[in-house]
Amino acid sequence: MRFGANAALVVIGLCFVLPLAWLLLASVDPHAGYETRWPQSASLANFAAVLTPGLLFQPLANSFILSAGTAIVNLVVAVLAAYPLSRCQSRFNKPFLYAILFGTSLPVTAIMVPVYGLFVQLQLLDSMPATIFFMATTTLPMAIWMTKNFMDSVPLELEEAAWMDGASGLATLRRVVMPLMRQGLGVVFIFVFIQAWGNFFVPFILLLSTSKQPAAVSVFSFFGQHGAIAYGELAAFSILYSVPVLVLYTVVARGSGSAFALSGAMKG
Amino acid sequence: MAVPDISQRGPLGPGPRLRGALRRGLRWLPVLPSVLLLALFMAAPVAWSFYASFTDAALTGKAALNPQWVGLDNYARMLTDPVFPLSAWLTVVFVAVSAILGQNAVGLVIALLMTRSGGATASLVGTAVVAAWVLPEIVAAFAAYAYFSQDGTLNQLLGTFGVQGANWLYAFPMPAIILANVWRGTAFSMLVYRAALSDVPRDISEAALMDGARGWQRLAFITLPVIRGSIATNLMLTTLQTLAVFTLIWVMTAGGPSNASTTLPVLAYQEAFKLGDIGYGTAIASVLILIGMFFGAVYVRLIRGAKP
Repeated sequence: MRFGANAALVVIGLCFVLPLAWLLLASVDPHAGYETRWPQSASLANFAAVLTPGLLFQPLANSFILSAGTAIVNLVVAVLAAYPLSRCQSRFNKPFLYAILFGTSLPVTAIMVPVYGLFVQLQLLDSMPATIFFMATTTLPMAIWMTKNFMDSVPLELEEAAWMDGASGLATLRRVVMPLMRQGLGVVFIFVFIQAWGNFFVPFILLLSTSKQPAAVSVFSFFGQHGAIAYGELAAFSILYSVPVLVLYTVVARGSGSAFALSGAMKG
Repeated sequence: MAVPDISQRGPLGPGPRLRGALRRGLRWLPVLPSVLLLALFMAAPVAWSFYASFTDAALTGKAALNPQWVGLDNYARMLTDPVFPLSAWLTVVFVAVSAILGQNAVGLVIALLMTRSGGATASLVGTAVVAAWVLPEIVAAFAAYAYFSQDGTLNQLLGTFGVQGANWLYAFPMPAIILANVWRGTAFSMLVYRAALSDVPRDISEAALMDGARGWQRLAFITLPVIRGSIATNLMLTTLQTLAVFTLIWVMTAGGPSNASTTLPVLAYQEAFKLGDIGYGTAIASVLILIGMFFGAVYVRLIRGAKP
């Protein structure tokens, strides 16, 4: 029984690893094609070839600015919104939270056509800050929902003590509540960062100049221009671009004891 | 619940009451930035999408500067356009097979197997499944493209069994993108079901074991009913996520060959950005938004039902 379960799992696991095997092997194979094979002469030439400012560093820096900006906007706005939602009783609480939850379910791909129209009207096309605020809005419902849940688990007593000492609401939030939910805030930050880092469609539509495009978009143009020849470099580029999110995900999965934090938080 | 007590208002009149209302209002001030962002970047585009779908707005030309109201023309065009019904059907197939059947069933099976397997195997396989999900979308799409391409891994595997593989991305684009989406998205269902199964009290299934309930019966009559709430929410969430898939399809097939894998998001993109017809593009997007709203409403109801 146990052996059967193990064997079945290993087979499933292999099926999931197989498509990634090509990525790893091709990245160290200077003569890589689309077939998965053991490189005849393994080398880091592919990595060396893509490690140039124009090809890698600039797009990665753009990705970082977009993702960190999105995560910071999310965190600030979500913490502010979550505080009254978590601490004050009101008949608006529930409808607001359900509206937020409803917002999490809108297909973002579907609103890209109207958002493009909106950006044209407001002359925001090709603007990094506007793109950051838009990307932050798409993950905001989830961030508020998660932050509120984390904040609910911070006991009220400590805050009451601070209020007694005459601290204002926002001061209490900053000095008492936020330090206590540090870990939860870290999860929200990383969660949003990972989503923004991997986002292709939004910057693909909203950012036009190459100097502003993040790695997700530049790797796509690279694939379009050189992909038919430079498979190995494409694989190397993809790996370098993926490493940050793999590391961040591991941090969250370890830190919160399980990988559930990301998905579990979605269930409310 | 603190109900304002009228008797305490006393002789001071409306003054303190007004101040109280003001203070209560100020307390809600921090919510404002989120409301503004959501109104500007979420509600406004949705509203504009519905509005523009009744116009002939375009990317270039006369209609770009001065779009005309065309009533239901764009929606009428959907019915006569041979691509739209095909695209709607492909979207239904894509969601039903890759999300509802694929990701959910595979995720549940993996989670069930994990409850019965060794810890090391479970965590190793869990990592493999999650890896496909954590990778940036575009990287996963490249890997899937390479896997299904003419001399890709799949055909190499088939070759070792002596089977001549096809050029999957051209000959069978839908099965290819469906399998790729199952590969990419199963981790989410697996995580949800692992969490749900870990909440199933052990003594329930053990009691069933005493009564001699066979494995399948135990699964069908005990385990699944206990986690039915998670199954329902997971079905909704995976449906919504799959409905919005664009990058995976765009990189693998770009909707082709000849629209054979053009789901609604791809069609909306093509009409709006490749052909410059914003009016028709927003009409398609509006249909997608309405479908998303429907599933979103069902999802909210499920959550409300679960939390009294």
